[in-house]
Amino acid sequence: MPKTFLKLSLAASAVALMAGSGWAQESSDPIKLTLHDWTGQLITTNLMGEVLKQAGYNVEYVQADYLAQFAGLESGDLHVAMEMWETTGRDAMDASTATGKTEVFGPTGMKAKEEWWYPSYMKEKCPGLPNWEALKDEACAEAFSTAETAPKGRYLGGPVTWGGFDDERVEALDLPFEVIHAGTDAALFAELESAYQRQAPIMLWIYAPHWAPAKYEGEWVEFPEYTAECYNDPAWGSNPDMAYDCGKPFGEIWKVGWAGVKDKWPGAYDAIKAFTIDNDEMGQMITEVDLDGKTVEQVTAEWMAANEGRWKAWIGQ
Amino acid sequence: MRRRPTDERDLSGWAGWALTLALFVGLWLYGGQLFPWAFDYPRSISIPAARWITSFTKWLLNEATFGLFTFAELTRFIAAVLDVPYRFVLSLLSTGFQSGEGSQAVQILPPLSWVAVIGTGAILGGYAGGARLAALVAGCLTFVLVFGQWQSAMVTLASILVAVPLGVAGGLLLGILAFRHSWFERAIRPVLDLMQTIPVFAYLVPILILFGFGPTAAVVATLIYAMPPMTRITELALRRVPAELTDLGRMVGCTRRQMMWRVLVPASKDPLMVGVNQVIMLSLNMVIIASMIGAGGLGFDVLAALRRLDFGAGLEAGLAIVALAVALDRLSQAFARLRNEPARGNGPVARHPYLLSGVALILAAGLAGLAVPALQTWPDAFELSTGAFWSNVVQWINVNFFDTIEAVKNAVLLNLLVPFKRFLGGLPWAGVTALLAYVGWRLGGWRLAVLVASLAGLIAATGQWEKAAITVYLCGISTVFAMLIGVPIGILASEREGVWAPVRIIIDTLQTLPSFVYLMPAVMLFRVGDFTAMIAVVAYAVVPAVRYTVLGLKGVDPRLTEAGRAMGCTPGQILWRIKLRLALPEILLGLNQTVMFALSMLVITALVGTRDLGQEVYIALTKADPGRGLVAGLAVAFIAIITDRLISASARAARARLGLEAA
Repeated sequence: MPKTFLKLSLAASAVALMAGSGWAQESSDPIKLTLHDWTGQLITTNLMGEVLKQAGYNVEYVQADYLAQFAGLESGDLHVAMEMWETTGRDAMDASTATGKTEVFGPTGMKAKEEWWYPSYMKEKCPGLPNWEALKDEACAEAFSTAETAPKGRYLGGPVTWGGFDDERVEALDLPFEVIHAGTDAALFAELESAYQRQAPIMLWIYAPHWAPAKYEGEWVEFPEYTAECYNDPAWGSNPDMAYDCGKPFGEIWKVGWAGVKDKWPGAYDAIKAFTIDNDEMGQMITEVDLDGKTVEQVTAEWMAANEGRWKAWIGQ
Repeated sequence: MRRRPTDERDLSGWAGWALTLALFVGLWLYGGQLFPWAFDYPRSISIPAARWITSFTKWLLNEATFGLFTFAELTRFIAAVLDVPYRFVLSLLSTGFQSGEGSQAVQILPPLSWVAVIGTGAILGGYAGGARLAALVAGCLTFVLVFGQWQSAMVTLASILVAVPLGVAGGLLLGILAFRHSWFERAIRPVLDLMQTIPVFAYLVPILILFGFGPTAAVVATLIYAMPPMTRITELALRRVPAELTDLGRMVGCTRRQMMWRVLVPASKDPLMVGVNQVIMLSLNMVIIASMIGAGGLGFDVLAALRRLDFGAGLEAGLAIVALAVALDRLSQAFARLRNEPARGNGPVARHPYLLSGVALILAAGLAGLAVPALQTWPDAFELSTGAFWSNVVQWINVNFFDTIEAVKNAVLLNLLVPFKRFLGGLPWAGVTALLAYVGWRLGGWRLAVLVASLAGLIAATGQWEKAAITVYLCGISTVFAMLIGVPIGILASEREGVWAPVRIIIDTLQTLPSFVYLMPAVMLFRVGDFTAMIAVVAYAVVPAVRYTVLGLKGVDPRLTEAGRAMGCTPGQILWRIKLRLALPEILLGLNQTVMFALSMLVITALVGTRDLGQEVYIALTKADPGRGLVAGLAVAFIAIITDRLISASARAARARLGLEAA
């Protein structure tokens, strides 16, 4: 690191100490929190950042790609990522923590739910839903078909990079469906919006917390409940020869960050570890931003005004 | 009598083609049992290039050292150096000058107000191109302002203003080196090809690790992508300087350095400015990708808006990028045409009227901004927005016309796309490689044959053949459509000046508007899949098809068309028999560029669920696997290079046939 930079930061910390921000007698270099491109994550990060600011820490928000950010977290260029989903980010997170340069700061309290989802109006055409066995019925599958997939139903899965084992699930449960992968989640919701406007058939991968389940009326398909054995042990479940004959796992949403945070900002480290919020609160805030047109800052400020006791406990006040 | 030898050669040529094609078809239809290795590349002799590259990058990052410092420290140092001008420009345009960091930063000096930036733009426009240009630049910036894109646009502008001079300077120096030393030219040409054709996503992960996370890494990625045209044009321009000028330089006793900077570079100013223009355009193309790795700005706004399916906001941010591009492009072109005129009067005021009025404006605007905040930051209340209008338009089309659209789409998909995909997927790699070698040999001799065959062989050997076939299918079909749409439009535009003006605006917009903006509405109407991908690719690749057709037709020597008219040709005959034939080399160059544009869209189409090399690169990016990404990226580059070399060779042959150039 260039010397001038070091001097500058020393000077800055001296200034900060003199300013007497009280509780934080730690490094006053900015703690860099990463921002991604979905609303829930922006809210979570903003909440954490504002709470840290209240505790006297220097906070900076940096835009970064969800998975590419691990390079920055490992080198210490970035410090905290507030949402790493068990369901989509587990592999990258494990690979990164294995280097010893990053560490998991515990769960956020939110649970990622991901499953096959359909709009309510499809229930008329396929009355057995939400039970997954209804999908085995050929008439029902055909209701979900398009010219390309007919007579099989069309299931729009997430981007290939999300994993999710839907191809395996279709085979293991012997569903007459074809899995089409969307390239990005914007494409996923564009298709849902299109179908919903026309009240047209659609079956797709939806996740929560997200604005979609709040905006569109619909339900998740109920598959046999996920257990670890289902994914690992072919003998488990209705298909004795194949794994994945069950639904998708609910997953924690983890906080993860640079391993150096603990030593550099011990108080902030404790606060980040203490941060929790639940799905309903988050879903509410996401809806306010994406559907009611409020800004992320407004919504976080309102939450902080309403829950003062909770966030003050995180920073030990 | 004189025609006989050509006839004989033609005949043997045809026989050669026929025989080769027959062999190829034979292998394809009946070779499956006899030579299974020709269809599926044997795993045992494949090259594990991905593993090698991954371990090489690991070594580079963790162990490579120059003795005193490591490689990673060197790149970090470069990043820190790049950060200085970037911070400065960003402070000037967006954040203001601050002391301290993060949320504890205190602003010492506010950034330039919108009044100052628009005014400076207008003054630059006035200086370089008169009142019309001044109005255009001010208009573009005002558009950005009133649609509430100012903050993000200034962040984007800051990174462009840092990347462009660096790209121009770097490209110029490399070009000069290539001009001076032919060994350097030979060494750098393949590198430039790779820099231009490997999708950016493929080298994003190593760059992030080496240069740290944030805007400087984005600047580095932009430089890699935008510099090659400048290098090529510099080298070409220096070579084209007339010998009389260099002789003169030698006679008056120039040193080598004086010769370069006082004679050669000024003499080739015009083509060099074309290079500058290309650097600007390509840098703006990178805005979306740069925003994914922490550059923020307009690219981030586009992505975020489309994730909310807010098409209007996405379009507004996208059009703000177009407005910046138009302003910068027209400014740079005007500066290229600018001639140095002697100062009109004496004294500093008369000699530098523009400079002084600019400084005066910035100071006055700064003071006015302190007094009236609305002059510093445009008030939210005056912002315009199209709101839900565009979303409603898409909804209306969706609700009323979806069934028709779906029927057309299915017809194209089931009758054209799917069969062609199956056909290409079923071809044997060994047969295709041999066929390419034969084509290369016929068009450009054995060197070309060896080059294309070994590149095609490498694609197979690294296990990318299947995905490469899908890539060729998607880009091939899109190129055909782009040419079918672009060439007729180009012909029309070159015949009628009234058509050219609007067409030019449309293709400029298509080239700089991030394709994400129209990709998501396209998904709503056409669902995810190859058809949507094709639409996005065609929309982008049609640009060079139009542009080069116009260029070629307008460049036809008017004496030849005049002669045709004198001999009684109808307008149709003049077009078909004279103009189009003479413009063929340019149209072929346009075809070449159409293919390049189509290939560069691959990474974007991965976002709507294609399964080609672009998707492979994208997956590698999300898994942070540099080897996998680079191998797929190299395969894309190889396809590009094969196409480029074959088309260039046939363009040369066409020119030789037309007598425009010695064979």
